[in-house]
Amino acid sequence: MIDHDTLVAFSKSYGLFYLMAMALTVVAYTFWPSNKERFDEAAKSIIDDEDTPCR
Amino acid sequence: MISELTRGERRLALAVLTAVAILGLALAVAGRGDILAVHGGLIMASAVVLMFFVISGYYAPEPGEERFAQYYDTPTKAGVVLAMIWAVIGMGVGDWVAWLLVYPEMTFDAAWASFGRLRPVHTSGVIFGFGGNALIATSFHVLQRTSRARLPDQFSPWFVLIGYNLFCLLAASGYLLGITQSKEYAEPEWYADLWLVVVWVVYFSIYLRTLMRRQEPHIYVANWYYMAFILVVAILHIVNNLAVPISFGSAKSYSAFAGVQDAMTQWWYGHNAVAFFLTAGFLGMMYYYLPKRAGRPVFSYRMGILGFWGITFMYMWAGSHHLHYTALPQWVQTLGMTFSVMLIVPSWLAAANALLTLNGAWDKVRDDATLRFMMLAVVFYGLSTFEGSFMSIRAVNSLSHYTDWTVGHVHAGALGWVALITFGSIYAVVPWIWKQPSMYSNKLVEAHFWLSLAGTLIYVFAMWNSGIIQGLMWRTYSEGGTLAYSFIDSLVAMRPYYIARAIGGGFFAVGAVIGLYNVWMTIRQASAERAEAPDAPVVPALARSLQAGE
Repeated sequence: MIDHDTLVAFSKSYGLFYLMAMALTVVAYTFWPSNKERFDEAAKSIIDDEDTPCR
Repeated sequence: MISELTRGERRLALAVLTAVAILGLALAVAGRGDILAVHGGLIMASAVVLMFFVISGYYAPEPGEERFAQYYDTPTKAGVVLAMIWAVIGMGVGDWVAWLLVYPEMTFDAAWASFGRLRPVHTSGVIFGFGGNALIATSFHVLQRTSRARLPDQFSPWFVLIGYNLFCLLAASGYLLGITQSKEYAEPEWYADLWLVVVWVVYFSIYLRTLMRRQEPHIYVANWYYMAFILVVAILHIVNNLAVPISFGSAKSYSAFAGVQDAMTQWWYGHNAVAFFLTAGFLGMMYYYLPKRAGRPVFSYRMGILGFWGITFMYMWAGSHHLHYTALPQWVQTLGMTFSVMLIVPSWLAAANALLTLNGAWDKVRDDATLRFMMLAVVFYGLSTFEGSFMSIRAVNSLSHYTDWTVGHVHAGALGWVALITFGSIYAVVPWIWKQPSMYSNKLVEAHFWLSLAGTLIYVFAMWNSGIIQGLMWRTYSEGGTLAYSFIDSLVAMRPYYIARAIGGGFFAVGAVIGLYNVWMTIRQASAERAEAPDAPVVPALARSLQAGE
């Protein structure tokens, strides 16, 4: 039988590790060197568009 | 508007409207003898009026292939106008209830005019009516530009926009009638909630279908924020509104939750409504219109990504800070407090990113009230996220909770951040989509800016003073160990601040009226120009581009 304490213990430990894992993944994705060009391109691309859809 | 729909879409519109009218009729019949009948009738009447509208344009010529060479902005145009109308209604009622707190007898002895019924008209009017319509309108605009793809069809954007406004109408009229499930920011009853789920699923599908056809390799960060807003609001809305109606003929339902679980679910919803409705969506606006208006790419795209994931992961856990010193387990309160304090990092990443984007364009901020709206919004965003983290700390909360300090904090965020970034974005998008060089009057934009700033400052300072005095009076003990002040004493002390708050809110509401007038005159200017266009046959866009390529 799963009681309240078991759930609390699980969520406290599991919650800590999965949030840390997610944080590391996001930081890795953000600062991965090969992504830099794509991000810079995306930031610039909204400034100079011609206001008609690409077809 | 109907002429922009293909014949098949016109048929689909009629089919959907028929289904809605039948559902409305069914509610009205099942709910006879209950207040539900009024809403059943309202739903049916709305559907029938729209059916006549569709039929009146049914035999108009179909739109040609050349439509694919243009973005589909008509729903955005309608959404902007609706947002401004709701702004005037929501802020007007807000100022009304502010005066009601000064003159509590001002209810004309009518149930609908009592504070408890009018206040949700204000909160839903500004959050869902004004904010929601502005989010839907700008999201369609931003989505198409950043994907370089037209919306997938012409019917579904109208379904979302009109269906959403039907929800807002049911909400606001229901409060006046006395229909409420008494959940903060989730007052509408079960049938309106179910309808919103349908609308919201279609909204998300528009996003996915457009992104699938995008011509850009990367999904621009503004879309991530908009999508988080749509997806998470769907989850929050469904879970918090799980309820069983008394019968299909009754407007009243009972929540699936009770006691402290109900409170926790409600504030998980309530705080994430702040996070994903009032923050993520408007950050999407900010990440597009601010760099665009300043003519500079965002300072750091990476900061945008880090901030996005920080906000989405951390806000989810912050809700329990609304329930300090309650029956909620202590560790859950502490969890909420900890995540709220950590939230300062992604929040300030976004604020700093926006201000650093403006670095080098401060001359534009000085000259252009539209950009200044956005700049000031970001400043208020930074201030109110700091204040929010601070207030979530249990010891601070013991002073601030249940006082006007909370009201002041909410309005620093809602007026200072949400409304200002929206007005800035609307002033940026209106000349753009109506193809005008600028708004009808830049002086009126200036006037709106200063009214908004003055109104927000008066409001927030009044509520800070009021709240801290109130909190201190409630915790002051006499030498004998009894409370030094009665509740009525604290109310009397509040009165001058309530007057100041109503004046500040009045400034802000007048600004919104000026904004609506300015938008309206810009539209008239645009249609006058179209009427004056030369009396020549229209050359299709495709033919022109062929000639140019010879």
